[in-house]
Amino acid sequence: MTISTNLVYFIALPLFSSGLLLLLGRKADKWGHIFATLVSASVFIIGVIEFFAMQGREGEARAATQKLFEWISVGSLQVDAGLLLDQLSICFVLLISGVGTLIHIYSIAYMSHDRDRRRFFAYLNLFIAAMLLLVLGDSYLNLYVGWEGVGLASYLLIGFWNEKPAYAAAAKKAFVANRVGDVGLSLAIMIAFTQFGTVTFAGVKEGASGASAGALTAIGAMLLLAAAGKSAQFPLQSWLGDAMAGPTPVSALIHAATMVTAGVYLITRSNFIFDASPTAQLMVVIVGAITLLFGALIGTAKDDIKKALAASTMSQIGYMILATGLGPVGYAFAIMHLITHGFFKAGMFLGAGSVMHGMNDEVNMRRYGALRKVMPITAATFGLGYLAILGVPPFAGFYSKDKIIETAFDSGGIQGILLGSITLLGAGITAFYMTRVMVLTFIGTKRWDEKAHPHESPFLMWAPMAALAVGSVASGFLLNSGSALVNWLQPVVNANQEYHSGHLLPPIVVSIMALTVVAIGVAIAVLKYRTVPVVAPENVLGITKAARKDLYQDSFNEAVFMRPGQKLTAGLVNTDYKVVDGLVRLVGWVVQISASNLRNIQNGYVRSYALIMVLGVIALIAAVWMVTL
Amino acid sequence: MDSLAIEVGQTLAPEATLFWILAPLAVVAALGMLFVKKAVHSALLLAWVMVTLAIFYIAQDALFLGIVQIIVYTGAVMMLFLFILMLVGVDSSDSLVENIRGQRPLAITAAIGLSGLLVSLIARANLGVEAVGLRGANSEGNVQGIARELFTNYVWAFEVVSALLITAAVGAMVLAHSNPAKSRTAQRDQSIARFRGTSLATAAGLPSSGVYALHNAVDVPALLPDGSPAPSSISATLEARGDMLSSKPFELEVKKEEED
Amino acid sequence: MDISNYIYLSAILFTIGAIGVVVRRNAIVVFMCIELMLNAANLAFVTFSRIHGNLAGQVTSFFTMVVAACEVVVGLAIIVAIYRSRRSASVDDANLLKR
Repeated sequence: MTISTNLVYFIALPLFSSGLLLLLGRKADKWGHIFATLVSASVFIIGVIEFFAMQGREGEARAATQKLFEWISVGSLQVDAGLLLDQLSICFVLLISGVGTLIHIYSIAYMSHDRDRRRFFAYLNLFIAAMLLLVLGDSYLNLYVGWEGVGLASYLLIGFWNEKPAYAAAAKKAFVANRVGDVGLSLAIMIAFTQFGTVTFAGVKEGASGASAGALTAIGAMLLLAAAGKSAQFPLQSWLGDAMAGPTPVSALIHAATMVTAGVYLITRSNFIFDASPTAQLMVVIVGAITLLFGALIGTAKDDIKKALAASTMSQIGYMILATGLGPVGYAFAIMHLITHGFFKAGMFLGAGSVMHGMNDEVNMRRYGALRKVMPITAATFGLGYLAILGVPPFAGFYSKDKIIETAFDSGGIQGILLGSITLLGAGITAFYMTRVMVLTFIGTKRWDEKAHPHESPFLMWAPMAALAVGSVASGFLLNSGSALVNWLQPVVNANQEYHSGHLLPPIVVSIMALTVVAIGVAIAVLKYRTVPVVAPENVLGITKAARKDLYQDSFNEAVFMRPGQKLTAGLVNTDYKVVDGLVRLVGWVVQISASNLRNIQNGYVRSYALIMVLGVIALIAAVWMVTL
Repeated sequence: MDSLAIEVGQTLAPEATLFWILAPLAVVAALGMLFVKKAVHSALLLAWVMVTLAIFYIAQDALFLGIVQIIVYTGAVMMLFLFILMLVGVDSSDSLVENIRGQRPLAITAAIGLSGLLVSLIARANLGVEAVGLRGANSEGNVQGIARELFTNYVWAFEVVSALLITAAVGAMVLAHSNPAKSRTAQRDQSIARFRGTSLATAAGLPSSGVYALHNAVDVPALLPDGSPAPSSISATLEARGDMLSSKPFELEVKKEEED
Repeated sequence: MDISNYIYLSAILFTIGAIGVVVRRNAIVVFMCIELMLNAANLAFVTFSRIHGNLAGQVTSFFTMVVAACEVVVGLAIIVAIYRSRRSASVDDANLLKR
């Protein structure tokens, strides 16, 4: 471990910029966005420098730590505010700051007509700071601070246009769903503290080797709950679709590339827990598999381009979560898919934003069609991302997704066959709905509104899209050549042991199966969606209706949690009013009644006072008599 | 003088007889004082109780105190009460209807409670089992014994009580004093008013009452020259009270035949 | 007969006086009841002096009489003054302190 003094700048610079822009208010309107973008860029440059410095070091010294200050010192709980930059963190740091900077640049043009652009950039920087704290924290508690910070930033950004009640409600929904997951993280930290006496990663890693299976499974389950909340996995996935109410750069940055991947980071960082608890790993795999299919099914029926991409994100993160449950090498492939996904999904979101910008903020794909003729750059970058997510060689997705499918098959026995089949099926459905999006938007027939005159986006918007498209093309190949990422992450996740052992199916067979499934999906979609009606048809299959309604997750949540919860709260409020307040009011009423009755004694007549004195004397004598009895 | 009481806790038969006759009477008188309507009757009943108590004092060898009780209490204090009753309104009587709610029942309860409590307390106490009697203390005589006690052991209290008496007397004078509504006119002013009045008829003073051969009193009016009675010769109070007599019966009979 | 009979009599007279204060409305009669209470106490003192065989009780009784006399003088003067200004000798008329 090298001691570094630079790590604090990752967090301090964006945090400072965010605070400055918020405090200065309107005065910073003219230059706020430029300043924020420069800060983001400088964070990326520091990240690159640290990356190269890290490459220059060997072995144990690769990881760098920095202790900021002693944070909590209560009895046996000693937690320092410290940062840890190791091989896993640097991947995230580069992804967050790199994609983040590109999206900052994009937002300068995208939000140029918005009066509150400066506030938007302040929140973006706040998000960057919080996310970096999340991936750089050296203990679960520090991670939790960043975890909450990104939740806050997500809330602020989803509800950025909070004049519209629907957007504010969507922000609240996202926060509440995240909160449910955060309970899991709190419980995991508490269990870890009681079991191991420490909450740092290093400490828990040491303690995990000696802990009981029950404790490890409990911690693992709680961490999985937290990851499900943050990464929109089943059963906490209902917020991701509504989160599209935020501006498109937000959807690109937070809900495609970075925040939703925090769950994957958490599980990967806790690999020592999951590797020691097969039950927890099984739970992870089940959640990932279910979400994979869930998101894919929803994505097939959405007409809103952003919601379709959101469902796609849900499904792809399902892939990543499934991979993290497949053992040491699965972590490395999950991270690989995470990075490639960051490129192509962010690129596609930015492309969607570009299309919306050109089509006057229209999001209904039934109103698009043949846009490649007027928006060639957007169509090109979107198309490259599309090929990447399909897994077509040599684009990025091919390397990362096929490796996951391979590892799924390799996990052995019935589970292996089942998981492998599910991932293949998912790939097919992905191909189907992504082709649907592609065809409806860029190819097909023109179904524009009369008032729409689509045009290509300005330079500041298509330049980041182009940069991300380059990533969509090249990142997979680069990360996989010579098992680069697997080797790089080896010290963190012990990936290497399993990688070169025998495979169930040879990789080439897996790839051919995958491509076949993809081709079938593409073909069906192209044939079906050449022409579509502008108004969505009503008499569709039951499954389509269900998919349009997010497979009834919202209805379920409402019926099972919300309405009983509301009744419970109403009942409690009523009880508080009647019983608790009633008791207090009863006391007051008793005092009042007795006082108004006692008042009658004061009738002003001397004789009645004299009588009271006589009674008092009697009482006195009686008392003395009792005492001497 | 032989004491009427004996040393041991019991008393002789004469004293017992005295007690058992007078004590119920005293209680009845006290209750009567409580229940009669006219205040004067209450005062008289109280006087009766005090006399009874004086008799008891004398029966218990407190001779000085018994006589003082009659002279001071019954004589001075009760008479003072009666004087004030006269001032305030002799005829005034309380209505026996009680206007404070619950006063009567509560008062009865208090009466029973207090008396019961006191009686039971006294019954529990060891009284009179070894009564010493005053034969020794009264060896020089009761007055001398009290004087000895008063001017040796209690001289300070005696002085203070004297001061209290003086204060009370002065206080009573101040309280009862009232300024006259209008000041009395002086002699000179009265004389001037007489001569400056509308007529000089009374300048030399009012006529005096009639003096007749058969009657010479303040309640018969004088006769004016024309034979009619002069009303201003009699005090107005007597006239108001109807005590003025006619002067007719006292006039001399004049024979009317000599006036042909 | 027991000497304590005198004490019983004193207690009964005292009670009657106490109730009289409470029940009667004429101020002067109230005063008279107070005098009755004082007299009952005097009787008790004299009896105690006889029981103990020294004259302290009688001296106390003497002082009580003096004080009672002073009290009567001043009290009746007050009643006269009140009567002059209010034309009424009822204790119930001074009820302005009621609620």
